[in-house]
Amino acid sequence: MAVEALSTPIALGNQAPPQKVSRSVWLLPPLLVLAGLVVYPLVLVAGESFTGGFATWREVIGSVEFRDALVRTIQIAVCSTIGCLLVGTFLAVVISFVPFPGARVISGLVDAMLALPSFLVALSFTFIYGAAGVLGSLVGDSGFLATPWAVIVAEITFYTPFVMRPLLGAMAQIPRVQLDVAASLGGGPWRVLRQVVLPEVKPALAAGGGLTLLLTLNEFGIVLFLGARDTTTLPMLVHTKGIVMFDYPAACVIAVVQVLLSIGLYVALRAALSRQGGARAALD
Amino acid sequence: MLLWTKPGKIVTWIAFALVFGVLVLAPFIVVAAAAFAGSWNGVFPSSPTTSHLAEALSGDELASLTVSLQTAFLGGLLAVVLGTWAALAARNAPKPLARFADALHHLPIAVPSVVVGLSLLVAFSRQPVLLNGTKWIVVIAHLVLMVAFSYGTVAAALQRTNDAYAEVAASLGASPARVLWQIRLPMLRPAIVSAASLSIALSMGEVGATIMVYPASWRTLPVSVFALTDRGQTFTAAAESLVLLAVTVVLVVTLDRLRGRSVER
Repeated sequence: MAVEALSTPIALGNQAPPQKVSRSVWLLPPLLVLAGLVVYPLVLVAGESFTGGFATWREVIGSVEFRDALVRTIQIAVCSTIGCLLVGTFLAVVISFVPFPGARVISGLVDAMLALPSFLVALSFTFIYGAAGVLGSLVGDSGFLATPWAVIVAEITFYTPFVMRPLLGAMAQIPRVQLDVAASLGGGPWRVLRQVVLPEVKPALAAGGGLTLLLTLNEFGIVLFLGARDTTTLPMLVHTKGIVMFDYPAACVIAVVQVLLSIGLYVALRAALSRQGGARAALD
Repeated sequence: MLLWTKPGKIVTWIAFALVFGVLVLAPFIVVAAAAFAGSWNGVFPSSPTTSHLAEALSGDELASLTVSLQTAFLGGLLAVVLGTWAALAARNAPKPLARFADALHHLPIAVPSVVVGLSLLVAFSRQPVLLNGTKWIVVIAHLVLMVAFSYGTVAAALQRTNDAYAEVAASLGASPARVLWQIRLPMLRPAIVSAASLSIALSMGEVGATIMVYPASWRTLPVSVFALTDRGQTFTAAAESLVLLAVTVVLVVTLDRLRGRSVER
């Protein structure tokens, strides 16, 4: 293209530095809006958590309820992420390397599912695993819906596409010849998978897994809709304390803990990914 | 390719169909089936009916559909404008400032939606700005959550566009406003449209922040679905979720039509 030849700085000739400073004024309005709508409210939450000095903090952190919820949240997030990674990798490998007619439709479907609300999955579980549903009528009421496992299976269902999308992208870039050569040299499917495919898609796997871990830590819709009694997570506890019991200071303490947990993970993730390079797109 | 034998392939495909069908696809099919079922006491739903769907499209439930649509359009539109503005401005800003803006715009992704809701509740239930109890607190919650995605989508597209077009136009004497309006924005149109459809789709299904802040007069569709499930009216809840899905798909497909051919590459 002719334009490519022009990409050397012709237009930059006219005093670039002063213009840059005046141009950054344009960044001010969106930054002010975000400061007012995101930062200011979060600072108030931190302030509110200290209304009774450290007393509220001591009380909340010391409570069994909080510790159980913290452990439960991490358990559910870790188990769901591992499940998503296993299922997502299997599905992506089949779509990419054992293709069948309609595989493209399936990967389109995966893209569409990213934008669906998570509570749909929880709602469907009432009909699939409930006392009178598909499984209930086959094996009787197993009480499965009341256990943390129901939340984990629901989260695996909902978040598997989040792992599959970066994986499918990375797998599409592996030259098919590489696999054929490996196989012709006598590598069995497992060996080719382990030694050729997995090393190539590791950054995508890390990006998808990291994002899933973050989102499952913060997941609320699924837990709310399943409403299982012994699966209180931190976001659920924020809701109960804040909306049902109107105990704002306690809710704010839990919110601060949750935000520190999530942002800590997010920062670590972005740092790790930018060192690996390339796979950051999955977080955007 | 990975597998060379016919039986190997077939076994793998059967496993794929089972995992994908049961784990990923079944929940969505089940919700659709339940929406049309009079009862579900066996493996399959029975006594097909459209009465749940009719219920989901009348009275309070219909009202919450219009509430959701208004929230999604208002919140989504504001988020796209703000996100596009920020992405364009950050492109021209000095590096440290641009990185700060980048981090600030990604903050709402890392913060759980329930906490976003709580923070708005704490901030806008007091002076100087009282918004608690109005629809605006819901719209702001949606705006905050969607702005991160809009910013991300447009910023990623900006990285792939060629600055030369804008620079040539400027060197030929086009004013900055004209460069923005006739070069920058048209080149970003596909990204802006995908940002809009993603924002609207996510906003239509948002639960966490909405359930913290919604006033009784501004109940979005997902909140209604939750209220129905809570009361045990799961079939009507399924029908209403199906309405939610259908409306979202129609909106996204319509917006996709506006997207036109990509000019990025």
